[in-house]
Amino acid sequence: MKLITAFVRPERLNAVKEALFKAGVQGITLNRVSGHGGQAAIHEQYRGSTFLVEFHEKVQLTIAVSDAFVAPTIDAITRSARTGEVGDGKIFVQPLERVVRIRTGEEDAEALTPIGAPLAASI
Amino acid sequence: MKSRIPTATPPAAGPFESPAPLAPPRATRPHAGLLRRTVYVVATLLVAGLAAAQSPDAASADATAKVTVAVDTLWVLIAGALVFFMQAGFALVEAGLQSAKNVVNILMKNASDFMVASIAFWAFGFAFMFGNGTGLLGLHGWFLSGPDLSPLTGSAYRGVFDALSWTGVPLFAKFFFQLVFAGTAATIVSGAIGGRVRFPAYLVFSVVMTTFIYSILGHWVWGGGWLAQLGFLDFAGSTVVHAVGGFAALGAAAVLGPRIGRYQNGRVTAMPGHNMTFVALGVFILWLGWFGFNPGSTMGIVGDPGLVARIFLTTNIAAAAAGVASMVVSWMRFGKPDFSMTMNGLLAGLVAITAPCAFVSPPAAIAIGLVAGVIVVLAIPVVDALGVDDPVGAVSVHGVAGVWGTVSLGLFGLPALGASGLFAGGGVHFLLVQILGTVVISALAFGSVALLWMALKATVGIRVGPHEEIGGLDVAEHGAEAYVPADALREPVIVGAGD
Repeated sequence: MKLITAFVRPERLNAVKEALFKAGVQGITLNRVSGHGGQAAIHEQYRGSTFLVEFHEKVQLTIAVSDAFVAPTIDAITRSARTGEVGDGKIFVQPLERVVRIRTGEEDAEALTPIGAPLAASI
Repeated sequence: MKSRIPTATPPAAGPFESPAPLAPPRATRPHAGLLRRTVYVVATLLVAGLAAAQSPDAASADATAKVTVAVDTLWVLIAGALVFFMQAGFALVEAGLQSAKNVVNILMKNASDFMVASIAFWAFGFAFMFGNGTGLLGLHGWFLSGPDLSPLTGSAYRGVFDALSWTGVPLFAKFFFQLVFAGTAATIVSGAIGGRVRFPAYLVFSVVMTTFIYSILGHWVWGGGWLAQLGFLDFAGSTVVHAVGGFAALGAAAVLGPRIGRYQNGRVTAMPGHNMTFVALGVFILWLGWFGFNPGSTMGIVGDPGLVARIFLTTNIAAAAAGVASMVVSWMRFGKPDFSMTMNGLLAGLVAITAPCAFVSPPAAIAIGLVAGVIVVLAIPVVDALGVDDPVGAVSVHGVAGVWGTVSLGLFGLPALGASGLFAGGGVHFLLVQILGTVVISALAFGSVALLWMALKATVGIRVGPHEEIGGLDVAEHGAEAYVPADALREPVIVGAGD
């Protein structure tokens, strides 16, 4: 089991979401974050003063997956989030010790199994 | 009223017909009746009051006339200020229906089109529209020059703006009231082209729109031009202001193309507005402003306060009916009462009643509003399906409902109020004139604005690049954001001061 944390451009989010759903990945948590990496700072102006905005708006996705889904998840995000320019973001993969589904008490791989029909069917 | 120009035989019992005309009737200027009646009513009241103190002589008649002019001028200026405030309504509606990343840009456009209009319409637009000239355009009165004989002379005014001689308020009051209308026509377009237009192109468009397009098309109806001579009526501008603005928006948006992501895999993708509170507040401000727009178009109040009150009623009840209709239709069609569609429908009712507001009964105003509310809900998906990306619905609200309102006057107009509609037994001739006028003006507004944007495309450029569009026009065009997160991550580092 792995915990996958990805940072992507906000304007790519719809494409990323669609690619993940098509890959059968449905458990996703989103956060709006500000991040600094290789991307150049934006120059903004306010009443005649110029200032730099070093931290860019990004979307953070947090996804816990069983081992079989690690590669498809990374592949889906990479394909859908890439524009080829600096600032496309990063994916971090970490080991995951234990997962518990609160409703049933199921653990680990069972707790990561999607509930209901795959969303991909409705896309 | 500005539209009610020539009828060879004025209606026998119109509201402007003075029971005892103080000035000779002028067949070509039935509005003169307003002033005649004005003077008569005020004279009657004041003379009765003054009779005990002094005999009614020339001095008291002069004082009466002065009071009439003062009260009429006060009404016109207050109404003009209400119409000016509609700029705030448009700014809020358009900002609310756009993405948060384009808010500074839409506000800048809303402010700058009125700045530009104030100067351009003063210099050239007002002369093209109301100056004496031909049936096609005015040719006198540049820079608002010409004698201002209106106060105390009224319909006896002789100058270079004969088309406005029917009202006795000062020339500058006439100008201000017309200026805020020109500003409205220009600002209608800004929302429809939001989210991808280059700011310099919009500035050039605003100048051309308020100098030439709005003014020359308007001359045909309100400046004594060829449509006025045919008997075409548009009391406060369903066609002159709203259809012109709405179809100009269609021409501009069609040439500009849709926002990135609006059409995906051949389907329309929803791009929701970012603040519905702004939309609601903007609609209420516009609704308030319309109580200047329509009743103020009497450009006088002393002569017939009942007419002003009638227009308040027809304006309000048409808006309410249209809001109900659009709410119910969107509910039936989409399963839930759609908020922004209901707001669009409400505005469509106001647009539609703008032409007929002085000429119809309250039940007719309800019917006109109901139809407007229905057609706007039907028109918005049609505009979407045509591939024209109109984020605020300006084409449907101002264009389609403006045409409907103008045509509705040909159906519901009452002869007793000065318009012989089909349902009142007036025959089809007037209806056909209404259809002709609104179709011709709408088509020319669309065509001329589309050509203008094609010319701008070939010269200054009309569209920002894809990076700028995705990142938002606020940063790309203005280097600024509307909503700056108040956290330490955004603490600005000053790299250079403007001085």
